[in-house]
Amino acid sequence: MSDRYSALALARHALQPDLPWPRAWRSPEPKTSYDVVIVGGGGHGLATAYYLAENHGIRNVAVIERNYIGSGNVGRNTTIIRSNYMIGGNTAFFEHSLKLWEGLSHELNFNCMVSHRGQIVLAVNPVQLDTFARRGNIMRLNGIDAELLDRGEVMKLLPYLDYSKEARWPICGGILQRRAGTARHDAVAWAYTRAADRHGIDIIENCEVTGFTMAEGRVTGVDTTRGRINAGKVAIAVAGHTSHVARLAGLRLPVESHVLQAFVTEPVKPLVHHVVSWGAELFYLSQSDKGGLVFGGHIDGFNTYTQRGQFGKIREVAECAVSLMPFISRLRLLRHWGGIQDMTPDGSPFICRTPVRNLYLNGGWCYQGFKATPASGWTFAHTIAHDEEHELNRCYALDRFEKGAELDEFGLGNWTYKQ
Amino acid sequence: MRIPCPWCGPRDYSEFRYGGDAAKQRPVHGETDAKVWHDYYFLFDNPKGPHDEYWQHVLGCRQWFKLARDTATNEIGEVP
Ligand SMILES: Cc1cc2nc3c(=O)[nH]c(=O)nc-3n(C[C@H](O)[C@H](O)[C@H](O)COP(=O)(O)OP(=O)(O)OC[C@H]3O[C@@H](n4cnc5c(N)ncnc54)[C@H](O)[C@@H]3O)c2cc1C
Ligand SMILES: [Zn+2]
Repeated sequence: MSDRYSALALARHALQPDLPWPRAWRSPEPKTSYDVVIVGGGGHGLATAYYLAENHGIRNVAVIERNYIGSGNVGRNTTIIRSNYMIGGNTAFFEHSLKLWEGLSHELNFNCMVSHRGQIVLAVNPVQLDTFARRGNIMRLNGIDAELLDRGEVMKLLPYLDYSKEARWPICGGILQRRAGTARHDAVAWAYTRAADRHGIDIIENCEVTGFTMAEGRVTGVDTTRGRINAGKVAIAVAGHTSHVARLAGLRLPVESHVLQAFVTEPVKPLVHHVVSWGAELFYLSQSDKGGLVFGGHIDGFNTYTQRGQFGKIREVAECAVSLMPFISRLRLLRHWGGIQDMTPDGSPFICRTPVRNLYLNGGWCYQGFKATPASGWTFAHTIAHDEEHELNRCYALDRFEKGAELDEFGLGNWTYKQ
Repeated sequence: MRIPCPWCGPRDYSEFRYGGDAAKQRPVHGETDAKVWHDYYFLFDNPKGPHDEYWQHVLGCRQWFKLARDTATNEIGEVP
């Protein structure tokens, strides 16, 4: 078992170089039975395991991961965390998440490098700035920080944008959430894994769930590439593979799997001190601690499970980058990659029970699952422990489209990416 | 990805617009059961594997056509 990380431990290991750091988590053989089996060892599955133990005292739990910890979207995202939502349901949920982020490194005894560098969304016309004012007002009424910026204020904070007369999309102002920012995504995965492991939870890597065992309409366990595991309850948190895994339990979902790409340039000196998002197109950029500019845009636009992006999208995202920050054209792209995310009709997720008893679903995260990781695990653990949704995730039910209860944050209608 | 337009031949994917799952059957005209429409509009098989789908050659001949693609590999098969 791992011991506590502290300045003292660091000094001890520095002075005794022969003393190896203990492994951060065990590598156990799967047991034949658990109270709860979580399918998927991404950020959400791991956080769920941790909060099951920490908040609900449920420790006889396994997280079954097909690959290695951090191999999914939790290690592929652009690390943006924020809570600038304005639709009922979303507002409270994402703010709860941001509050959990604020204390996360201490709670998990792991430096998650949470950085409240602030996020600025840029308005490119006066009407858009009006909608930002409305969003900001709703946020402030909910106790969430938001500041409206005029063009001059944006110019002071982000002097490197294109403010020339030739700018294709003139910048009118923006909205700033100071508490928003970034977190080190791998560290978050490792931190939750280690914290769950310290609670006695088994983290089982390189083990794929290939089916569910059922009796009388209830799920009773999972079949895996390392044998059958019985379970009192089974919780799915497999991100891009949500449809694929749920189908093994006979469920057909309002989900399509799509590839989203991300990009990093060669490192440069500190330049971008915030997360910058653009109002003209879906485009977001920040600078990593190593100096690379990290950015992304839209999904490629057709359902796929290949973690490979198309060249056409690279070009489009690069065009956004150059249009907003012309200097970027002189930098080289160092790396780019794709992750498979589960897109839903209204762009909002599912954290809920399912029509199959004792089977729970966490998925449909679209572009926004990383910032949600702590609250997602927190509310999903509650839902599993009590067989009932928490007030914070009641809106994320699977049947909301049948009931006309969509959570359409941007008021654009269903399946916006197909429009 | 290069998509073989039945009229123009293989072209880069960026010339096309994706039109979704071609296996879906639109409910008959006059169907009044909201559940039927819900299932048609909201639910997807979303398979990891063979998939029949619609594409439009929007920056070319503008024709709609069906394509068979494997969503696990993006390999394109015969136009069904
Ligand atoms: C390029 C990109 C950029 C993004 N940027 C942001 C951002 O800036 N901010 C933000 O909030 N969100 C962002 N997201 C979204 C966010 O990363 C995801 O919503 C979130 O990580 C999904 O939850 P997860 O961490 O649990 O997923 P994952 O890490 O993908 O975890 C799911 C796990 O399930 C496993 N699995 C699948 N099938 C099985 C099986 N049959 N058996 C066992 N295990 C299985 C997978 O191997 C995987 O490890 C981004 C996503 C991508 C792709
Ligand atoms: Zn054509």
